[in-house]
Amino acid sequence: MSRSLFEKVWEMHKIRKLPTGKDQIFIGLHLIHEVTSPQAFSMIRESGLKIPFPQNTFATVDHIVPTALQERPFQDGLAEKMMVAIENNTKEFGIRFFGFDTAKQGIVHVIGPELGLTLPGLTIACGDSHTSTHGAFGALAFGIGTTQIKDLLATQTLSLSKPKSRRINVHGNLGKGVYAKDVILAIIHKLGVNGGIGYCYEYNGDVLTQMSMEERMTICNMTIEGGARMGYVNPDQTTFDYLRGREYSPQGDEFKRAVEFWKSISSDKDATYNDVVNLDGAKMEPMVTWGINPGQAIGISENFPEVQSFKEEDRQTAEEAYKFMSFKPGKSVKGTSIDVAFIGSCTNGRLSDLREAAKIVKGRKAAKNVKALVVPGSQQVASAAEREGLDQVFTEAGFEWRKAGCSMCLAMNPDRLTGREICASSSNRNFKGRQGSPTGRTILMSPAMVAAAAIKGKVADVREFLD
Amino acid sequence: MKTKLKKTKAQKQGSDSPLDAMKIRTVSGRGIPLPGNDIDTDRIIPARFMKCITFDDLGQYAFYDARFGENGVKKEHPFNHPKYKEGTVLIVNRNFGCGSSREHAPQSLRRHGIRAIIGESFAEIFYDNCTAIGLPIMTSTRENVEGLMSLVKESPTTEVKIDLVKREASCGDFSIAIEQPDQTRKALTEGTWDSTAELLSSLEQIKAVAGKLPYMNGYQAGAKQ
Repeated sequence: MSRSLFEKVWEMHKIRKLPTGKDQIFIGLHLIHEVTSPQAFSMIRESGLKIPFPQNTFATVDHIVPTALQERPFQDGLAEKMMVAIENNTKEFGIRFFGFDTAKQGIVHVIGPELGLTLPGLTIACGDSHTSTHGAFGALAFGIGTTQIKDLLATQTLSLSKPKSRRINVHGNLGKGVYAKDVILAIIHKLGVNGGIGYCYEYNGDVLTQMSMEERMTICNMTIEGGARMGYVNPDQTTFDYLRGREYSPQGDEFKRAVEFWKSISSDKDATYNDVVNLDGAKMEPMVTWGINPGQAIGISENFPEVQSFKEEDRQTAEEAYKFMSFKPGKSVKGTSIDVAFIGSCTNGRLSDLREAAKIVKGRKAAKNVKALVVPGSQQVASAAEREGLDQVFTEAGFEWRKAGCSMCLAMNPDRLTGREICASSSNRNFKGRQGSPTGRTILMSPAMVAAAAIKGKVADVREFLD
Repeated sequence: MKTKLKKTKAQKQGSDSPLDAMKIRTVSGRGIPLPGNDIDTDRIIPARFMKCITFDDLGQYAFYDARFGENGVKKEHPFNHPKYKEGTVLIVNRNFGCGSSREHAPQSLRRHGIRAIIGESFAEIFYDNCTAIGLPIMTSTRENVEGLMSLVKESPTTEVKIDLVKREASCGDFSIAIEQPDQTRKALTEGTWDSTAELLSSLEQIKAVAGKLPYMNGYQAGAKQ
């Protein structure tokens, strides 16, 4: 019978059907960070549980790390306490921890792939909703809560309900200045922020098969913003080329055998899905959000939509968004003044993101009243970018070049908006208060668009910079 | 239709069996209507309050930025309203709990006193997180949810009574059907929502399945998907 990658990988990892009717699923890779894990380790300790598969578990620190001064102890006592907790917990239970001194620290969803920990055919879980990122490799990867982290530590399995499947095909070719971020914002806009509840997504079509691994990661990363817990791309030559030679990837003959396995788990040609959605990539343009969730997005050439243009059930959120953002329906989004420009995050903090932004920035200056910062997704991204001189390009243009972490994506470290500031941001969420000021405002866009906005001091069309 | 709801034996008397004590079949309490679609977990618990290594103090920070302005000035919010002060059954609209996977969100709600949530729909990770800590959440139609909200607004002292087994919730004479996936209802009503022991009981089977996974055995031939 023809099956999708989702069906194959799910069944392969199924231990049994539990008495509740849920499936018990083995998890091949468990990633850990400092915010959602300490309570789980406490539960393990209090219950006297053991960790049977510590070698399948890896940890790093990302959410709370300061990106300017990283001397220990951190100036923020609570952040220091969390750092000490993850250091001690991983040491006590024999879990590999990528701290600052390893030169491999970074956002958990950036380092998993770059270290070759993230592989096709794996089940991957982490106490973070953007774990969906790893689906770019043809893995089933999803976020979990802290009590589930306890289950996972104690058994290497989770109790899960099997989702339905939806294939999303993006056909055609993307125009100049249209990036992976625009594609996923367009998908979420079309299907709604709750459209994916209960589904596992397969992203397919010419646009996806032509994308690099980093672009695919951007797409899969924001799967959760559309309500789906996991989304993947079938592994192909692009995937295999990316993985060859990475530290934790299979090596030599084992790599060859692995490729055979990876090919075998791709969706069969005539696999069926509960739902299929088709989008035309050629019609997409650079996207920006205007509201308080990632589905409230428009093309850069569009005007802020009229409240009446929404379905009745979405009007109240639209009104709330306009009130919070102080934007007016009917006005052009282009030209909206910004105060802060943020390039980074697990969505868009990888080397290719920084390269695309640097292309726009090179030889130009950030607008005077804009605070612009670049936060590489990992220490390895930072050093690769520095080897190419990207840090110079940014600093010469008046951007701050920071150390790796989640930073202003969720503002658990000292990087945050103040008051009513508006931030052009390459991150993933424009929720109220997300960037650290309860009244601060976020406009999501691609890193190149953030660069363009930083230079103009207002939301701009990146295509005007590309010639 | 008015339904008389009885507490389970376990709830009435305490219980000898730990499993009995974990069975959640009925929940009763005053309601708190919290209208609005797509209320995300950043709003339920702003990220800055996650700088902690236990969940213990989170109750006071539930909906903090929606409830308090700068300098701690109280804003208009159901969680601040005196008439819902004793509310334990939260009533919400569509896609509640979207966004981050932070269990801090349900933990803060529970520590604030919430014992059940009824809504039109919920984000999946939030739903699982609630079930994992024994906080029952149920869905109903928009019309039913709106009806329940208005009723609670008019009559906040009337208890909302939820019967998970009978799949209904009532408030005075008003009664609505509530939905849960069978698996969730089973876990809650049979007291098996803390899944660790059940999962651990098959450790040998886990090891056997793991050993056959290609990436666990060097991608040796014979390992089949």
